[in-house]
Amino acid sequence: MALDTVAKAQANPDAAQPFAELGLKPDEYASIKEILGRRPTSSELAMYSVMWSEHCSYKSSKVHLKQFGEKAVKTDALLVGIGENAGVVDVGQGYAVTFKIESHNHPSFIEPYQGAATGVGGIVRDILTMGARPIAIMDPLRFGPADAADTRRVLPGIIAGVGGYGNCLGLPNIGGEVVFDETYIGNPLVNALCVGVMKHSDIKLAKAAGAGNLVVLYGAKTGGDGIGGVSVLASETFESKGPAKRPAVQVGDPFVEKVLIECSLEIFAEDLVVGIQDLGGAGLSCATSELASGGSGGMKVQLDKVPLRDPSLSPEEILMSESQERMCAIVEPSKIARFLEICEKWDVTVNVIGEVTDGNHLEITWNGELIVDVPPRTVAHDGPVYQRPLAQPAYIDAVAKEIINVPVPATAAEIKSTILQLAATPNLADKSWVTNQYDRYVQGNTIQSQPDDSGMVRIDEKTHLGVAVATDANANWSYLNPYEGAKLALAEAARNIATAGAKPLAVTNCLNFGSPEDPGVMWQFAESVRGLADGCLEMGLPVTGGNVSFYNQTGSVAILPTPVIGVLGVIDDVRTRTPMSFDRGGLDLYLLGETKEDLAGSEWAYMHQQRGGVAPTADLQREMRLIDLLVAGRTKKIFAAAHDLSQGGLAATLTEMVLRHNVGATTQLENVGISLLSETPGRVVVAIDPAQSAALISEAAAQKILLTKIGVTGGNALVVNGASISLDELRTAHTQTFPKLFG
Amino acid sequence: MKIGVVTFPGTLDDRDAARAVRYAGGEAISLWHNDADLKGVDAVILPGGFSYGDYLRCGAISRFSPVMEPIIDAAHGGMPLLGICNGFQVLAEAHLIPGALTRNHELHFLCRDQKLTIENTDTAWTSSFSSGQEILIPLKNGEGAYMCDDKTLAELEGEGRIIARYVGENPNGSRNLIAGITNARGNVVGLMPHPEHAIDSLTGPSADGLGFFTSVLKALVG
Repeated sequence: MALDTVAKAQANPDAAQPFAELGLKPDEYASIKEILGRRPTSSELAMYSVMWSEHCSYKSSKVHLKQFGEKAVKTDALLVGIGENAGVVDVGQGYAVTFKIESHNHPSFIEPYQGAATGVGGIVRDILTMGARPIAIMDPLRFGPADAADTRRVLPGIIAGVGGYGNCLGLPNIGGEVVFDETYIGNPLVNALCVGVMKHSDIKLAKAAGAGNLVVLYGAKTGGDGIGGVSVLASETFESKGPAKRPAVQVGDPFVEKVLIECSLEIFAEDLVVGIQDLGGAGLSCATSELASGGSGGMKVQLDKVPLRDPSLSPEEILMSESQERMCAIVEPSKIARFLEICEKWDVTVNVIGEVTDGNHLEITWNGELIVDVPPRTVAHDGPVYQRPLAQPAYIDAVAKEIINVPVPATAAEIKSTILQLAATPNLADKSWVTNQYDRYVQGNTIQSQPDDSGMVRIDEKTHLGVAVATDANANWSYLNPYEGAKLALAEAARNIATAGAKPLAVTNCLNFGSPEDPGVMWQFAESVRGLADGCLEMGLPVTGGNVSFYNQTGSVAILPTPVIGVLGVIDDVRTRTPMSFDRGGLDLYLLGETKEDLAGSEWAYMHQQRGGVAPTADLQREMRLIDLLVAGRTKKIFAAAHDLSQGGLAATLTEMVLRHNVGATTQLENVGISLLSETPGRVVVAIDPAQSAALISEAAAQKILLTKIGVTGGNALVVNGASISLDELRTAHTQTFPKLFG
Repeated sequence: MKIGVVTFPGTLDDRDAARAVRYAGGEAISLWHNDADLKGVDAVILPGGFSYGDYLRCGAISRFSPVMEPIIDAAHGGMPLLGICNGFQVLAEAHLIPGALTRNHELHFLCRDQKLTIENTDTAWTSSFSSGQEILIPLKNGEGAYMCDDKTLAELEGEGRIIARYVGENPNGSRNLIAGITNARGNVVGLMPHPEHAIDSLTGPSADGLGFFTSVLKALVG
């Protein structure tokens, strides 16, 4: 097919166009025509189709996500809010921290290694784009059953991909999650979080301001990879002789990205850019339209100046390519020489491809012919918005009536067997097989990483200021009650920050759901967003950004609603953090918080194929008091250790604590079975020197947190109500699961 | 004392190595791969990472960087030179030490806290340790299995040129549990684990790694 130009679109208004194959609905195509006053050119159609896709436009989720703005807390900590590449928060001492989490679920199912690798690459570029040096990554992952054939196919590749890309970038991996559930079979979730740090004055935004400024594309050359996330070119309509049916999954090169990071940071340090945007989903279509609409309003781009890996690519393909490791900068003409010099130093390919203009036209030419002339805002921000039908699914009431029927241990033999089973079950077993494939030491600032409650990195070597990050989701609870489930995940992530004594500051989220065209799924989504927005408002935490991933389902079976919540906290001196476990005997162990009979959605219930019941209700006021207690416990040096209770309840928490430094514990619990298994939220085990007991009692009373002494540390065994498990036996149970399954 | 730390494209642990030099009391000087200029440094560290993306073979491209020419000359003249991880691979590619580093026997990247014994305390980089001292520092690599022919191995063993050995289970399939070796003169050391990540127990598993950096400062002062 010959080049389609604006002139041809005007001359030949009725030419048939493959909008349906590009994923556009007839009414969406009609509104494009209305915006332009003519039919779009094939290049314009390509741009609108990718930018108006669910992934880029949030068309199904927008009406719900606006709650994060409407219910936002008033805070001075938020320097850049939702809408930019990533939110930025003030952490004090002139430092700003940016963090964000994104999904790369579908590509990782198709091609596990590259899907996961480019998921890391994409989120790291988002953080870099804000002007920050990326300092850490985390990766919450979810898979089908651990022993399923498809899990064996995808898991090793996904782990290797996260490690292969992150390790090569020199970013410490400081935590994440590995969770198994049958609904994720065929729909593994690969979420990737990145944290970056900068000084306040270094924040960069995605805006192309100042007519006459230059549009500069730098980084990798553009190839044909990553085209077709919306099954665009499979139709071969654009170019029947050209390269067709390319793999839809992008292929990453972390070496190129590492060089791009260092090159960009040097460029930022010399203040050479007016605005900047990375090329991720929707590639150049996204970068040019977002930069233009964020700035002066107009832009002229000569698409034939884009350096290509494959010279046979058509203009439409170049606009849609999602080739990795590319950045687009807006540079004043007086600074371009230095910009090019720095790129040359780092051997980074760089080309000036256009300039910023006044007005409201994004004009793209191909060898002098005008092939795109659109108002950029209509591409970037004025996509369709859907109020999808939603309805509470029938299962909700049905499962609420189910009575949990699981064995509750009472005898010493039962207690021992229960603790060992929980220690070994894939969801709770030691994850070293996974995390040992990730570099956690690079950059030399890692204070905490897996298996700690949160990841923690130092950001200033002199003052010891640091940040802590945790991600959590409890999809079992979200399945039973998506509103409470989202709040509970928020509370858990915040608590995981606070156990180390850091103060929660801001929230990001990655909302993984089934098809938005299913009213039941849409209801789960709406309830989750409402719960998270209400929770953040109540806890005074701003949402700084996030990501939505829909269509995680196989046939009619959707994944469990899985809102992964990331919380970032700040700690003024990382040297004073409370560690997650004790390294000596003679300490007293206390449980903070009340234990109820909360078995619904618990790991023990899941292990017994019981998915029903009523999820706990989040008591965020109490959670906030608990957080205050945990922070005070650190600053007043009361705690020797503190560890959260979550999946697997007290049994899992005690297992993790005694194995951490190979120091045992002896505990005596009332109602021992429920005490070990219940997953009542808002609980933490702390270890204190007995001399601190008065201080602990007084702090707990001040915060109205129930305090129960449960035992003492020491010995070579975990002893619960007389049932003794040697640390060797417990360690074997806990550590052998992953090597046996995947080694 | 000035210790040069080389940055190749894809080097990752250069800032960590420079920090370790500072902690030990030295001055860290940044050296750029494309500059055949050692800036008057007294010793050089080739830090870890994935220089040139490990393309072709780990270290194979870096070995031909302009900065390597004066480094190789100076090393032949006795200048202390330490290659850590990817730096060890560069040393092997440059034939400053014998043998090669190959893929870990379990075929995964492996990051863990690793016990080593220091077996030779006569090199420029190990004199701060006592012979037989056990230390704990991070190990992190995908291609860390030390390989050489039997004759070379016998030479290394016979001449006491194995400076550090893994304790316990072999983490990566290295011959004779080799974690690090030195050249005949004792000024060039290649080490697979990462002492620069163990200079402070706040951020590492111990501060045992600092000994490599205090050793070289001691050697230079004479």
